[in-house]
Order: sequence, then C-alpha cells, then structure tokens
Amino acid sequence: MGSNSLHVLKGINFHVKEGELVSIMGSSGSGKSTLLNILGMLDEADEGQYILDGVPIKNLNEKIAAQYRNKFLGFIFQSFNLINYKSALDNVALPLYYQGLKRKERMEKAEHYLEKVGLAPWAHHLPSEMSGGQKQRVAIARALASDPKVLLADEPTGALDSKTSYEVMDLIQGINDEGKTILIVTHEDDIAHMTKRIVNLKDGVIIDDSKVEQIRAKQNV
Amino acid sequence: MFDIERWQEIFQTLSKNKLRTILTGVSVASGIFIFIVLLGFSTGVQNGVKEKFSGDATNKISVRAGRTTKQYKGLNPNRQIQLKNEDLDNISNTYGDYLEYKSGGYSNWGAQLVYKNEFGNFYIRGVDPDYQFIEKASITEGRFINQGDINEARKIIVVSNKTKTELFKGKSPIGEMVSVNGINFKVVGVYGDPGGEREESQVFIPLTSAQIAFNGGTNIRDMSFTVAMSDNFDEAVAFSQNLVASIESDIRTKHTIAPNDRAALRVDNTLEKAQKIYSLSDMIKAIFWFVGIGTIIAGIVSVGNIMIIIVKERTKEIGIRKALGAEPLSIIAMILQESIFVTMFSGLFGLVIGLGLLEIVGPTIESDFIKYPQVDFYTALITVFILVAAGTLAGFIPAYRAAKIKPIVALKDE
Repeated sequence: MGSNSLHVLKGINFHVKEGELVSIMGSSGSGKSTLLNILGMLDEADEGQYILDGVPIKNLNEKIAAQYRNKFLGFIFQSFNLINYKSALDNVALPLYYQGLKRKERMEKAEHYLEKVGLAPWAHHLPSEMSGGQKQRVAIARALASDPKVLLADEPTGALDSKTSYEVMDLIQGINDEGKTILIVTHEDDIAHMTKRIVNLKDGVIIDDSKVEQIRAKQNV
Repeated sequence: MFDIERWQEIFQTLSKNKLRTILTGVSVASGIFIFIVLLGFSTGVQNGVKEKFSGDATNKISVRAGRTTKQYKGLNPNRQIQLKNEDLDNISNTYGDYLEYKSGGYSNWGAQLVYKNEFGNFYIRGVDPDYQFIEKASITEGRFINQGDINEARKIIVVSNKTKTELFKGKSPIGEMVSVNGINFKVVGVYGDPGGEREESQVFIPLTSAQIAFNGGTNIRDMSFTVAMSDNFDEAVAFSQNLVASIESDIRTKHTIAPNDRAALRVDNTLEKAQKIYSLSDMIKAIFWFVGIGTIIAGIVSVGNIMIIIVKERTKEIGIRKALGAEPLSIIAMILQESIFVTMFSGLFGLVIGLGLLEIVGPTIESDFIKYPQVDFYTALITVFILVAAGTLAGFIPAYRAAKIKPIVALKDE
C-alpha cells in the first residue's frame, strides 16, 4: 500500500469454533475490516498464522486464494454487491459457475437456496427490482450456495432500516442454528447482541472477547 | 475457448448489456464497412483510369524519317531519308525477342473513299496485321488484316465505326466494295478505337497493297513497335529506354544520319506518358490505402477505448466475481473472449455489408472514372483479423489490470 504503510492490526489472537456466531465490533479505524479481509483472503497478514479448518492459509497467490475463497468462504457485504444485470437466480448461481458445476445443477442448487431465504418467487427479477432487504437475502443465498465453511458478513445490516435489519438477522440466526459458522463485522450494538459472542477491537488489539446471551431477532420483528 | 459454460456466461453478459454490445459492434462494423467501400472504390477508380488510358499505357515506339538538316560524313543536308521494308526486317531480326508487336506503315493522308453515292476523305494507312494491337483497335465486325492479305497484297479494307456511320449510314459494310482513289477494295472488318472518334478517322489496308496502290515500291513511311511491359515499372522503363536508344542508333548508322539530327529521324516513345499513368494509378491507390488505414487505426483506437471503458465500468463486477472465486486468468479470458467475439462478429458483418454494397451498387455506376469497384476478399478478411487482433491487444491491457485489482479495492463503497 505505497510507502507509508500502516500497522493496523497489532497482535490479534482468537479462535472461532465450528458453529459459532461471532460479531466483531469496534469504531472505525479499529482494524475490524482489515481483520475480516485477512479472514476472507482478500488481504494477507504480514506476520502470524491463519488456520482455516486445519488448513494453514499462507503464501497465497491469486489463483489459490480464488480457489480457497470459492471453496471455504461466503461473503455478505454492506452494499450487497449483486451483479446488476443478472437475475436473482443467476446471481446465486455465480459461485457455483466458478466451482465448475454444470448449468442445470447450478440452477437447481440456486433455486434451493433462494427458496431457503424465501425469495423463490423473485428468482427471475433483477436486483434493481428488489428492496434492500430482498437484495441482502439474495446475497445471503449466494454466500450459502457454494456451501462454505465460514460466512463472513461485513456490516450486513449497514444499509438497511431496523425492521429489515432484524429480518436479515433472523435469517442469519436461522442459518447459524443449522450449524454454519458466521462472523459479522458491525458497529451496531443491537446487531452484535444478536450473535453469541462479541469481539471488541480497539486500535488493532482485542480489548474484550466475551460470550453474550443471544437475543433472537424474531422478538423484534 | 470451447467451454460451453463460458460461452453461455458470455452470451448472457452480452444480451443483458445490449447498448454496450451494440455500440462496440457498430464502431467495429462501420470501420470495416468504410474501409471496404474505400478500397472498393479505389480499385474502381484504378480500373476506370486504366481502361480510360489503357490505349496509352504501354510503350509504343514510332519511327519516322524526314529530310536531313545537318551535314554528316561528307553528305549534304536536305537529303530525304527513305525507310524501306528491309529496315523493318532488320529491326525485327535484331530485336524481335523484346518487341511485342511490330508494323510498318505506308499512309496516304486525305484519300477519297467512295461508296455508291457517298464519299468522304479519310486517312488511309497500309499496315501489318500487328498494327491492330499496337493501335489497340478492337474489331467490332468481321476481321482485321491478316498475313495472307499481306502476302497476296489483297485489295481489302478495314473501316472504322465512324466510316460505317458516315459512309454506310450505319448498315453493315462487310462484303461491300469501296473505291479508294479509283481502286476497288472489299470491306472485311470494322474497328473501334478506345481512344474515341478522333482516332477513328483512319482506315486500314494491307501494307503491301498500299505500296502497290500508291506506287510506294518497298518504301515505308514509318514503323511502329510496342515493347512488352513487365509488372515492375522501373525495370520496364530502363529496359525500354535502352531498346529505343539502340534501335535509333542502328537506323542512324545505316542511313548515315547525324546523331543529333532530329528532323531526319524521329524516334518517339510513349514511355513518359505511360509512366504518368502508372504513377497516377499508384497515387490513387496510395491515397485510398492511406485513408483506409487511417480508418482502421481509428477503429482500433475506438475499440481500445471502448474496452477500457467496459473494464472500468465492470470493475465492481470483476471484484464480485473474484470474491466469489474467479481466478485472474478466468477474468482476463472472459473479457477477451467477449471482445473477440463482438469485434469478430461485427467485423465480419461490416465486411459482408461492404462487399454487398459494392456488389449491388458497383455495376450501376456509370462513370468513366469508376469501373468495377471491388475488393479482394482475402485483403478484406485479413483486415478484419487485424482489427480483431489489435482490438484484442488493446483490450488485453485493461483486462489484465482489472484481473490484478484486489477484490477489496474493487468492492470499496464509493
């Protein structure tokens, strides 16, 4: 990153077990996004170890990083990042294309996951024809489609009103209930308390890491 | 390349982004179309010019003798130089291999031709059979003079289209008898001259018959030759000049004429004229190629431009694809395959439209200077491939750069 590099993370040590639902909190500049990028193999740490499902993640070239992302990770973004000229179904099917699945198989799987997020009737709509909550649900279906080990969500509710936010969190909790490991970056307290564990970052170090009583999103809907 | 899944992906992208696809396609297709049409008309103009001046585009050498004006080797000036049959034979024997056509000439200015009650003055030339090709006279009816006519000094005559109109009032003159200065000649042919009516004021009879009819003995007034022109014009010029020089010096030696006595012996050749036409034709070709290549370069630049814009516009999409597991190579392949497909398809489309236009409009053009506009199909095809290759190269750089972008940068919210 140019000549004036910045040490954002200054020693992070934590462990996430399978099936956990963890939120990473912190003010802007605390390093939470950098942490997520390293976990997402979109960025690489200068030092230290990152072991995902027993596989050490290091010395990644672009090609291998792409394959790992495709196999191990599902991303959910604040701004959804759907491809705007593709229908909901085609968006969900895209990671499967990069897994090398045949079209028919892709479409069947994608339909299954769209149904799971309750958007089966919207399969052939373009993102521009959907509400923010619906778009995020399509993005979640897409993240699930490749059956990843971990879901990484970067401010998944950042662009949504609170009612829709809780609907999306309800969906995420449901997915977690089925056993999927999920990490959420957020700066909203109420969202963080809907997870099972909160990791608090400040100036590149963990200042607090504690299990919390999960608040079910459904109560707020 | 033959991955059906990727083609499906590409067709989907193209059909969902119609405006972009159409804009790229139109710029490529119009570039090729303009190039093809320009090239076609350049060929057309060349054909037109060639045909217009075809009669003059070879080197025609003519030899005429006159009176000497200079004292030379003890001989007085004002001596009449008379060319004979043997002069023609000598030159034919010496330079026969290099001369394409050769003919002696014995002519009579302003002889009177009479047919029934019609008469007119024409320039009567006694010539050899080759003269037809030297003069580029095309036979429209009957035949030209042949060797048999020469050997037997037959009294036959080849008249022009102009004569046919004036003397025979348009009906076929073949087999009719006309009188030339009181001697009857039988019409065996009618010729037309690409040079137009001006050159159609001559009528032809066999050289031997002319010598008898006009009491010429073995005298000839002039000699004409043509030199075969090779494709390489410079070579042809050098060769022709040498040939003309040796023919001239041979005759001067034989007839004892001062080397610088132009009045006694004139040897003219049309090389300079031919050179002008060649260079005119070359010039036209060069201009059209220049414009055409300019068009193609403009096409390449615009394809490259469009590629850069497309990649820029798709940066986010590329980031998404990478986050979902697309390898850098697959990103480059996707963009290039798409651009090759669009440029190739629309390039061929422009090619077909351009060739079609030339095919349809070409024959209806009625201009002396544009004839048979056409394009060599392979030249056209190669052009399309060059455009595609250059467009691809222009697209490769932004595609490569796009594939290098970190997904996290591409996905950054604005």
